[in-house]
Amino acid sequence: MEVVDHYLYTKEHEWVSIEDNIATTGITDYAQEALGDITFVELPEVGGEVEQFEEFASIESVKAANDIFAPVSGKVIEVNTRLESDPGIINKSAFEKGWLAKVQMSDKEEASNLMTAEEYQKFLESIG
Amino acid sequence: MTATQETLKQTPLYSEHAALKARIVPFGGWEMPVQYEGILAEYEHTRKAVTLFDTCHMGEFLIHGDCRESGLDALVTMSIADMPAHTCRYGMLLNDHGGVIDDLVIFREGREEWFIVVNGATTVKDARHFRARLKQPQAFEDVSSAIGKIDVQGPLSRQIFADLTPGIEKLAYYTFDSFNLLGETVRVSRTGYTGELGYEIYSSSKTVTAIWRKLLQNPNIKPAGLGARDMLRLEVGYSLYGHEINETTTPLEAGLARFVDFTKDFIGKDALLKQQKEGGPRRKIAGFISETRRAPRQDNKIYAPTGEAIGVVTSGTFSPHCQRGIGLGFLPITMASTGQKIYFGDDNTRNLAIISSRTFYKNDSLKS
Repeated sequence: MEVVDHYLYTKEHEWVSIEDNIATTGITDYAQEALGDITFVELPEVGGEVEQFEEFASIESVKAANDIFAPVSGKVIEVNTRLESDPGIINKSAFEKGWLAKVQMSDKEEASNLMTAEEYQKFLESIG
Repeated sequence: MTATQETLKQTPLYSEHAALKARIVPFGGWEMPVQYEGILAEYEHTRKAVTLFDTCHMGEFLIHGDCRESGLDALVTMSIADMPAHTCRYGMLLNDHGGVIDDLVIFREGREEWFIVVNGATTVKDARHFRARLKQPQAFEDVSSAIGKIDVQGPLSRQIFADLTPGIEKLAYYTFDSFNLLGETVRVSRTGYTGELGYEIYSSSKTVTAIWRKLLQNPNIKPAGLGARDMLRLEVGYSLYGHEINETTTPLEAGLARFVDFTKDFIGKDALLKQQKEGGPRRKIAGFISETRRAPRQDNKIYAPTGEAIGVVTSGTFSPHCQRGIGLGFLPITMASTGQKIYFGDDNTRNLAIISSRTFYKNDSLKS
């Protein structure tokens, strides 16, 4: 299962890529594989505030509906509107083209609550 | 024995699915493939090309004898005495309260030879019902374990059979005949559960693996699992036992009255007449299309625009054809007219949907 080295991860299989104080978020390759074909994505509202580890999006696949949790707190500044008409992008490119939202972080310290790629890889091995 | 203690059964094709790296799930007491390469890809391949489904879990019965003297005619809702030989007909088996014990397809092999196909999860209770209620129980035989079954579905299926076994391509919709396939005489019917042109092959359970492998040698043919099958059947509005129909639902409520012959006597008829006499059913199955790609899920509630809970979702899926969520559900008859707005969801979410025909997808090649 693919993991990107310089990203950070949650136990709920979200990823985040932080540049300056802007966090780009998405779900991991493991998550998209487990969900199966993704058919619907409900994105957060641009301008809205999100809290770390609180629900901020939902993704439906042919199998189930799943809540997605914000990996960091802050203000949503951009969402990936392409997913509204073509949510399958997440299955094809979970770590790049399938990004969900960009969040202006309110607390950079929160990054320490997330796993590194190495830790996430170990976490994936531990859950089999 | 409880469900959790029950050992799941495997079809003769189980090791084929494992070799194809299918994802296997429990389904009606069987271990069945839910997907191989992916549900959407298998759906697309069925609509555009041709796919195979392992349906060996389904039950098959034989009845030898006159349909009235044996009691068969009185056990099923549809008219069968007038069936020409080598035709198939869809109908239901009812209990005394008019509830649906199962839905089934009857094949007439000859004047007094009947072949009956029932659901996998209900085979045992169906057999018990036949043995208990037939006038000639000795005329009944459960041949489920001896028979292997593969569904071949999709617009290319006719050409594939024409190349394999000439003659099959001439079968008309809801007819069947015997053909030689890989040295064995098998029944092939022009039937299916996908809304596409397609066939079902009934072979011996011993030779079903050879047929499965032979068909998959053709690069145009791919296997498809239960996930795609459910999406395909729901797009054409077909009922699934345990969802739209069960022992507490009548054919009138399920929208299946056209498969009931009221000119003959059958078990459950009195209950249906009573329901009609009392003004007809209070609720019925309706189709609806979501305003978004969000799919309704089984057991979601259905709400009126006023917010009042008025019904329940029996089946739901994302429809690739509509590019919207679609569903079937029970609604009060007064609130089930086409075009009416409803909401589906739970305590936290409400999603707008419009009541529509339950035929969300139609391909004229199905019957041509």
